[in-house]
Order: sequence, then structure tokens, then C-alpha cells
Amino acid sequence: MQIYLPIAEMSVNALLLLGLGGGVGFLSGMFGVGGGFLMTPLLIFHGIPPAVAVATEANQVVAASVSGALAHWRRRNVDAKMGVVLLVGGLFGSSLGVWLFTILRDIGQIDFVISISYVLFLGVVGGLMVIESARAWIRSRKTSAARRKLHQHTWMHGLPFKMRFRTSKLYISALLPLAIGIFVGILAAIMGVGGGFVMVPAMIYLLGMPTSVVVGTSLFQIVFVTANVTLLQAINNQTVDIVLALLLLVGGVIGAQLGAIFGARLKGEQLRVLLGLIVLVVCGGVAYNLIAVPADPFSLAGIGSAR
Amino acid sequence: MRRTAQAMAAVIFSVGANSSPAASQGSDALIADLSSREIAITTGFAGTALLLFGTVDGAGDIVVVVRGPKRREIVRRKQRVAGVWVTGQSVAFDDVPAFYFLASTRPLNDIAAAAVFAPKRIGANNLRIVPVSRADVGRTGFRRALLRNKARNGLYSENQGAVKVKGGRLFRTRVFFPSNVPTGNYAAEVYLLRNGVIIGDQSTPLVVRKVGLEANIFQFAHQHSILYGIIAIVIALGAGWLAGVVFRKA
Repeated sequence: MQIYLPIAEMSVNALLLLGLGGGVGFLSGMFGVGGGFLMTPLLIFHGIPPAVAVATEANQVVAASVSGALAHWRRRNVDAKMGVVLLVGGLFGSSLGVWLFTILRDIGQIDFVISISYVLFLGVVGGLMVIESARAWIRSRKTSAARRKLHQHTWMHGLPFKMRFRTSKLYISALLPLAIGIFVGILAAIMGVGGGFVMVPAMIYLLGMPTSVVVGTSLFQIVFVTANVTLLQAINNQTVDIVLALLLLVGGVIGAQLGAIFGARLKGEQLRVLLGLIVLVVCGGVAYNLIAVPADPFSLAGIGSAR
Repeated sequence: MRRTAQAMAAVIFSVGANSSPAASQGSDALIADLSSREIAITTGFAGTALLLFGTVDGAGDIVVVVRGPKRREIVRRKQRVAGVWVTGQSVAFDDVPAFYFLASTRPLNDIAAAAVFAPKRIGANNLRIVPVSRADVGRTGFRRALLRNKARNGLYSENQGAVKVKGGRLFRTRVFFPSNVPTGNYAAEVYLLRNGVIIGDQSTPLVVRKVGLEANIFQFAHQHSILYGIIAIVIALGAGWLAGVVFRKA
């Protein structure tokens, strides 16, 4: 069943996109991630103009994260104070990101910047995830599990503007979550992702937040940051395709719920190894397109920019 | 002729400024029309074909040219920097037709000399695509790349031999419009040639536009972009929340 996308100005197979949304939604529900990092490259591979893919995916991530955020909120797994500080940075960063996006689009470098961001961040995060969880797996098989220190004091704890985050049992400088929020916000805008895959490790390893509140707090701020990206992309670039977003989110929200049920049956380490491998595969796919000799080195600048 | 076998193959074309002949100019030797004067892009639009048909007074060759609205096009070239392909130089062209379709009874070379087609900008060698900057005039690689990319997107095509004539009087051909057809005002030009000379021509206007929901969404996104963004967010929030509620009860 073909359906014409009014903003992307192309005809796509509706069932294929529903399936794509469902599949990515399933994985995102299973692993507790937004799924943007999978969906955006898949849309671009499918021929959707990158500018439309990134902006529309931000819109879809709003839907994908809101039910998770609400569920965590009810279970009191959200550090609201930390979430707000991250969010302030996130709103600023994502606004900056959309502005950068528009400039890069105008000078014709947005495709390259999107690709290289994917390769860098997915490569690093996926690699760390696989190594870390492989270690954890091996450790769990041996009986003596080496414990990480709860608190390590570094230069970061000498920063000013200290704030107390009761839910996270932390007393740290507000500059730290603010900076993380800004950084992830920029990524969210340029890569069309929620940024959970960077936010979650940063919260655990840089801020030292307890893992119980990490996912909920991350989802909480992702909802607002991606909503901000959606709004700014709609205003600045008119690249949010509501029809495409609807197709993806119908499949996505259903898939995510099923994925969450399925994911509960798997062990944490297994999940992380699997997710790490998927991240690395996507990274490899994007990297290949960046390195391989293009069939035609010339391209036309289309909506946003050419595919 | 090498081109003979290229019916329906997407080959490199373009046109310069279109010197479209005035409607029903000259003799009554040629009468042509399209099966529709409008292409409506609706939700289910997946490309379409129109029938272009007509009659000629006596023998001759028919050449059909359909041109889309003129636009600025930017051609970019990727180059390898430190192992990865980065966007390098780019050249902007003005007055590039967004769509170009040619069909003829025989290969153009067999119908008339190139000098006959040149002023009307018919055929691959007679197209005028001018770079915006004078400094870019000599960079023919970008011009060729423009034609090649347009052909690959299905927007430029050459179909020599695709015009069929019946009984020496009736002729017809199908004009294909892919799903990514640009919107705007089009012109379907028909030329009648005899003994290597153009003896009749006619131009029929054609409009390609989005209609219904597609048109409304597009216009809304551009004219009320703030509200559009807010609606997109509300839909997403609603869908996510609803899914959560439904599955929690189930």
C-alpha cells in the first residue's frame, strides 16, 4: 500500500514503514532505549531525505519515550531536580543543535556531519557496551565480583554551583549535568535521536547517579528535548513529516510495549551485549557508506539536502 | 544509431530556457491533447501516466517534449578527505526544468539535423543549463552530473521511438510521471516534422499539484509552522500515553 508523504514529497510503502516502526519499537522497548539511533539511519537508507528523517524521528521519539517516562514517574524512578537541570541544558543544546543543523544544511555538509556523528558515537558507545557487559558476564560467572567504589573524587567535584540531588543521593556542581544536557541536546538535534545512549552512560559514569533512577530521569528529559527539537525543526526547516511520524509511531508504540514484555525475560548482561552488537552493526553500516566509493560522487541538493 | 534501443531508458536530458511555441500556432496540420490537464497528488499517489494523443495531416515525424517548472538546482560533488567522502565543491544552475520528458517516432538524428532542434532546445545536445556563476561555465562535469542525477530520479527521460502513429494520421504516446514528480506548471509541446523541417507545433498546459490532505498538510507546515510543530508534539504525546494506558490494562 503506497502512501505519499507530503513533506518528504515521495511515495513510500505504508506497511513497510509500519513494520519498520514496529521492529525498531520492539527493540527499543526490549532494551529501554528510544530507538532513534536505529530508525534515523534506516529511514535515510530507505531514501527519505536526511533533513526530513532527523526532524521526523525527533517527533517519533517523543511518542516512544512518553509512556516509559510516565511509567517510571509513577514508580518514583525519576530524579525530577536532576531531570530539570539536565533539561535546561538539553533545551539550550537542542536549540543550538537545530541552528547548527540549518547552517550545515545550507552549506551542504549536513549529510556528512550526520554520518560522522553516528559513526563516532555509535562506535564508542557500542564498543564500550560490548566490552563492559562481556566483562560483567565473565565476572558474574566467577564468584568474586569486584565492586566499584560508590564515589570517586575527581576534579569534577571541585566545580562551583553545588546542588543537592536527594533522589540521586548526590551533592555535585550543577554545571556538570547542565553541560551533559547541552551536549546531548546538540546530538539529539543533529542525529535525530533522544540521546539516551549517551545520556545513560554519562549519568552513571560521570555523575555517579544510582542506576535505579537513571533510565526514568533520562526518559523524562528526552520527552521535552525531542519535543523542543520537533518544534524548532518545524519552525526553521519545515521538515517534520506528520504522516511519516504517524506511520512510525503507530508501529513504534505497539512494538515498544511488546518489546518491554519480551525484554523482561532476558538477563541484563545479555540485553546489553545484544544492544551493543546492534549499535555496532548500525555504526558499521553508516561507516561503510562514508568510506565506500559512491556510485556517483555528484548529487543534487533536494529537500534539506540530497540523499 | 546507438540511441534506437533506448526507448524508456532514462537518459540524460535537460532544457534551457523554454521557447515554448504559442498554443495552436501555425498550421492546422497538427492537433494534440492530453488525457488530463491536471495531475493531482493525493495520499495514494504513486506516480502516474498520461496519454498524449492527436492527429496529423499527412506523413511526418512527431516529437513530444514535456517540461516542468524551472528551478534552481545545486549539484554537489563528494571528494575523499582522509579516507571518508565529504561534500566538496558545488555548482548552482538556474532555470533548470524540474521535469523533462521526450518521446519521438524515430531517433532524433534520423528525423532532422541538429540545427533544427537546437533553437527549440529539443534533445540532449541542445539543452541549455547555465551556471549561476560565470566562473562555473567551463565545469561541464557538473552539468553532466545534473542530467545524470535527474535521469536517475526518473525526472528526465528520453523515449525515442515511443510515439506510435496509426494509419498515418493518429498518434499517441504515454508520458510517465514518477511519484517524486515536482509540483508546478508544465507544458506538453508537440512538434510535427516533415523532410527535416518543423512544419507544425502545439503546446498544451498541464498542472501538477498536491490536493486534499496532502496539500493541506504541506501548506499548514509552511504557513503555520509553529502550530504545526505543536500539533505534531501533541499527537506524539497522545499516542505514547495511549499505548501506555492500553497495555497497562491488558
